[in-house]
Amino acid sequence: MTTDETTNTVDKSSTSLDKGTDPVDAPPVGNPDAAEGAATVVDPRLLIREQGFAGYLTEFKRKISGGDLGSIPVIIGLAIIAIVFQSLNSEFLSAKNISDIAVTMVATGMMAVGIIFVLLLGEIDLSVGSVSGVSGALVAVLSVTQGMNEWLAIVVAIVSGAVMGAIHGFFFARIGAPAFAVTLAGLLFWLGFMLQLLGDSGTINLDGEGVVGQLTTYYFTDVAAAYGLAAIAVVGYFAAAFVDTRRREAAGVPSRPIADIAVRTAVLAVFAFAAAYMFNQYRGLPLALVLFLIVLVGTDFLLRRTAYGRKIFALGGSVEASRRAGINVTAIRISVFSIAGTFAAIGGLFWASKIAAANQGSGTGDLLMNVIAAAVIGGTSLFGGRGRTWNALLGVMVIVSIQYGLSLEGIATPIQYMVTGAVLLATVVIDSVTRKTQKTAGRA
Amino acid sequence: MVHVSATPVLALRGVSKRFGAVQVLTDVELEVHAGEVVALVGDNGAGKSTLVKTIAGVHPIDDGVIEWEGRAVQINKPHDSQNLGVATVYQDLALCDNIDVVGNLYLGRELRKFGILDEVEMERRSRELLSTLSIRIPSVRIPIASLSGGQRQTVAIARSMLGEPKLVILDEPTAALGVEQTAQVLDLVERLRERGHAVILISHNMADVKAVADKVAVLRLGRNNGVFDVKTTSQEEIISAITGATDNAVTRRAARNAEVSK
Repeated sequence: MTTDETTNTVDKSSTSLDKGTDPVDAPPVGNPDAAEGAATVVDPRLLIREQGFAGYLTEFKRKISGGDLGSIPVIIGLAIIAIVFQSLNSEFLSAKNISDIAVTMVATGMMAVGIIFVLLLGEIDLSVGSVSGVSGALVAVLSVTQGMNEWLAIVVAIVSGAVMGAIHGFFFARIGAPAFAVTLAGLLFWLGFMLQLLGDSGTINLDGEGVVGQLTTYYFTDVAAAYGLAAIAVVGYFAAAFVDTRRREAAGVPSRPIADIAVRTAVLAVFAFAAAYMFNQYRGLPLALVLFLIVLVGTDFLLRRTAYGRKIFALGGSVEASRRAGINVTAIRISVFSIAGTFAAIGGLFWASKIAAANQGSGTGDLLMNVIAAAVIGGTSLFGGRGRTWNALLGVMVIVSIQYGLSLEGIATPIQYMVTGAVLLATVVIDSVTRKTQKTAGRA
Repeated sequence: MVHVSATPVLALRGVSKRFGAVQVLTDVELEVHAGEVVALVGDNGAGKSTLVKTIAGVHPIDDGVIEWEGRAVQINKPHDSQNLGVATVYQDLALCDNIDVVGNLYLGRELRKFGILDEVEMERRSRELLSTLSIRIPSVRIPIASLSGGQRQTVAIARSMLGEPKLVILDEPTAALGVEQTAQVLDLVERLRERGHAVILISHNMADVKAVADKVAVLRLGRNNGVFDVKTTSQEEIISAITGATDNAVTRRAARNAEVSK
């Protein structure tokens, strides 16, 4: 609270400083048009960001006091989780545990990526758990029971996920039924469909050496793989940011200072190489994590750099505005539910791989709640229009870390549920409070 | 100051529109020239909004002719209207709160480079557009939610300018605004006129109308009730035309004078 107050005063002083630049003492001019033109060159109300590190710091403080917390609460939460569980059990931050967390979180994380698309529209998809179960069952039945080529079975499963999502989308967008009810119906229907597919035995074991089996068991054992990926990420981030800044400078629009980029790159480098080092201490870079990161980079690019992504955000902001702007609302909605179904199916494959089987419990229980919680804990707004797919990574890290930390302590499932529930509540409270602050600061 | 061309950009000739049993518009005439601001006034239910919607293509007309730059055109869909060069800013601005100013300006017509959004170019052009219209907003990269009502209105108007329209229709642009913000929007209307756009301004506020409009077209119960030149007409005359209290001393004298001059 005290930091909040101090940053507030900083904010005020910077505002008054800017007001000082107001050209009040401009001499009266005969030509009012010209005088007006001159006055509009710099808007006196504009909080001009100073170049360099000092400017970065004031901007950061201003954002915090304005309630624009971004991912900070989650990162602090992760740090607290790490400290608490590490102090309880030194195994928590061991290479093995971290590697296991990284692999386990991918199934839930993939589904969370899909549900973030739906949350960005301001809607909800309750069927992702059941759809993931159908996907796992389909692969098992087709490849194990029917003897189909495993790659083909995977393609069939993923396409089925897309179709199932599109069906939900059709009933929501075209017929106009509430997404909540449609996907609740989907939850039940696809659960029954999965049980029907699995038949009487109820469990089909997967070949651990098969494609699906290897999804969560394959590791790039070469030390160079993890370090190489970290290096590519760091260099790639820096190059992209640097090129963007250069383009902005050339076009004469405000750009991010080089010092800012350098700081961000350095922070990224520390985390990337620390993670790579940890993975190399155990079995190497997990394939599942690589695939997850590729999906995150790809979906983030889709959402923030393409016209399609812009349309999704627009729909989350105002449906009427989107419609008037000529956006095909129905098509976008159906496609978004289809994306959610696709990622649910992909998540289902990772889940099947993790348990090396498709069984009656797949996609049921707390999976759906964990997926939604991961998206929300990561910072995606339930009210639509705010969020990034990277939120899935942070949110799912929190949830899976808590699960692993508690099971290391030998604490039973009931407590796990209660702790995860409390964390979700805390996140929603933080989200609501920051939204209020943002409203008063005029940023929401 | 105002250069009015001979051929009107838009002319409505005897336009009628029915909704079921209600005759909303009857033989309405309206002309708008380039570089001219025509205020469309009338009481509630006079048919202002319907008239605007017929021009914008939301409601096709039943009878009459719409002329665009001298030739008759059919406007059946909003798309037809947009293709002709009509931009409409409705009363509810229809902006996305969560997207920044640049994103809103280019919503639905994003600039792309190899299929990727060209943010830099969009931002550069947005700043250029906003500065030519002398629109002051703190930054083009803040979400619309951070802007005041007047600033949002100016963004919505600026958005309509992107397609270089010949005619801009503003539906009650100052209805919900404070004094300073109203002044900003009215400045913007004048700038549109200076740039040679034809403007139809719907307003209830006589002060605004007197301030920026060149002509006032009054609608009453779906019919024309006079087109007045703002400079030579008193506010009372316009209001009496709106309310239908035209049969008073002023109008009688005006009619008599007209007869005498003949």
